[in-house]
Amino acid sequence: MYDASDLRKGLKVEIEGVPYDIVDFSFVKPGKGQAMYNCKLKNMISGSVITRTFRSADKLDQPKLEERKLTYSYAEADSFVFMDEDYEQVSLKEDALGRGRFFLAENMEVKVLFHGSRPIEVIFPTWVEKEVMETEPGARGNTATNVLKPAKLAGGYELQVPLFVNIGDIVRVDTRTGEYADRVRKT
Amino acid sequence: MSISSRNDCGSGLRAAIPVLKLRNATLQAIRKFFADRQFVEVETPVRIPAPALELHIDAVPCDGEYLRTSPELHMKRLLAAGCDRIFQIGPCFRRHERGRIHNPEYTMLEWYRANADYHDILVDMRVLIKAVAREVIGGTSVVVRGTTVELGGEWEYRTVSDAFAHYAGWKPELMFDADRFDLDMVEKVEPALQQRGCPVVLADYPADCAALARRKPGDDKVAERWELYVGGIEIANAFSELVDPVEQRQRFLECAARRSAGGREVYPTDEGFLEALAGMPPSAGVALGVDRLVMLLAGLDSLDQVLPFRSPVG
Repeated sequence: MYDASDLRKGLKVEIEGVPYDIVDFSFVKPGKGQAMYNCKLKNMISGSVITRTFRSADKLDQPKLEERKLTYSYAEADSFVFMDEDYEQVSLKEDALGRGRFFLAENMEVKVLFHGSRPIEVIFPTWVEKEVMETEPGARGNTATNVLKPAKLAGGYELQVPLFVNIGDIVRVDTRTGEYADRVRKT
Repeated sequence: MSISSRNDCGSGLRAAIPVLKLRNATLQAIRKFFADRQFVEVETPVRIPAPALELHIDAVPCDGEYLRTSPELHMKRLLAAGCDRIFQIGPCFRRHERGRIHNPEYTMLEWYRANADYHDILVDMRVLIKAVAREVIGGTSVVVRGTTVELGGEWEYRTVSDAFAHYAGWKPELMFDADRFDLDMVEKVEPALQQRGCPVVLADYPADCAALARRKPGDDKVAERWELYVGGIEIANAFSELVDPVEQRQRFLECAARRSAGGREVYPTDEGFLEALAGMPPSAGVALGVDRLVMLLAGLDSLDQVLPFRSPVG
């Protein structure tokens, strides 16, 4: 349990079973009135933001959040199977992984934030390297990085790459944005 | 917290020089206003044994006593002794109050008039604010978080009852609910006042919020108290003072019981003040937050920009 006076930016609280991240916080106290805390809270599951004012006497629950390190094993029909540090199998559905599912490789370590038993955020290694499987032939000599074309990587992820990238090249992707970062090897 | 993360040295202080000059001009203009009206500037103790008992104001302990949360109880002793126009500018301390427009240590301007009520003191306030603005910023318009507020024209005067009926859909004086009152004040009423292009006076608070104000003759559901808002920011609180020592003692006792029930410290009753109250003429008084006034005149949004030595904690 948190007291309202514990509230601060970055603290995570639980309201009606939903975990929230406090993204903005201000102390308010009308003349002769009680101290209150006006908060902007981000729903950690849906991402939507709400505003709430808490009184000093209010108590807030602490969400049961746990970060676990998981190692990717293999894909099943509609889920992805990982191993935790105790070698227990943990299965994550496609929607929990988002676009990150395209970046998975055997033995890749990811960090997963669980709310109770529900995975709410999966943090991948920042950089992944993938081979280009499909793209228009590269314009030789064009080294511009600001002109882009579509490409498909091994595993099926589609993104925009510069014109000089060819099939068979290895490119590096920033998993936070899902965007092309650079080419690490030419065919 | 390392000292280097504060702004109270080097370039941080240099950046604060314009606002320090503006504060200086504000204090000079305030003193001139009161000197022109034959008010006597007084100083009363900052460390006191018995701060006023109020439900939501906590005092900072100091060497067996407390730092004052307001100079009220001592200034009223002076009124009772025959000083009929007095003012004071000085530090006050309120524990745990820190936010964009709160600081645990701040400068209060407080003045009192004998044989006057809260309407008389509102006349002083209007003239003072206009005079200080003209003197300090050469005009009467200030911009508060994007809204231009004209201090020199008409001021909006509305009762708390009317404002709550309009913005929050209920009349607090009829069936008072302290939690709902405070929440609606900060979530509904104050945000609406923030849009106003003129100062707003909220008057006649529910009797439960009377503090040291007298009840309105003929309507004892409300107290003769007003608060002044500029751009939604509360800068002053005024009363027709309660001068009945019996009722005042009763209010202190009730407040002490409620503080005690809420697990909050109960301060000793200031017997000297209650004794003096018996001889106090009908009077009106008002307290104005000088730091907030400087913030408004400077067109700033936070006390962070007004108080260069502000502690990052507290």
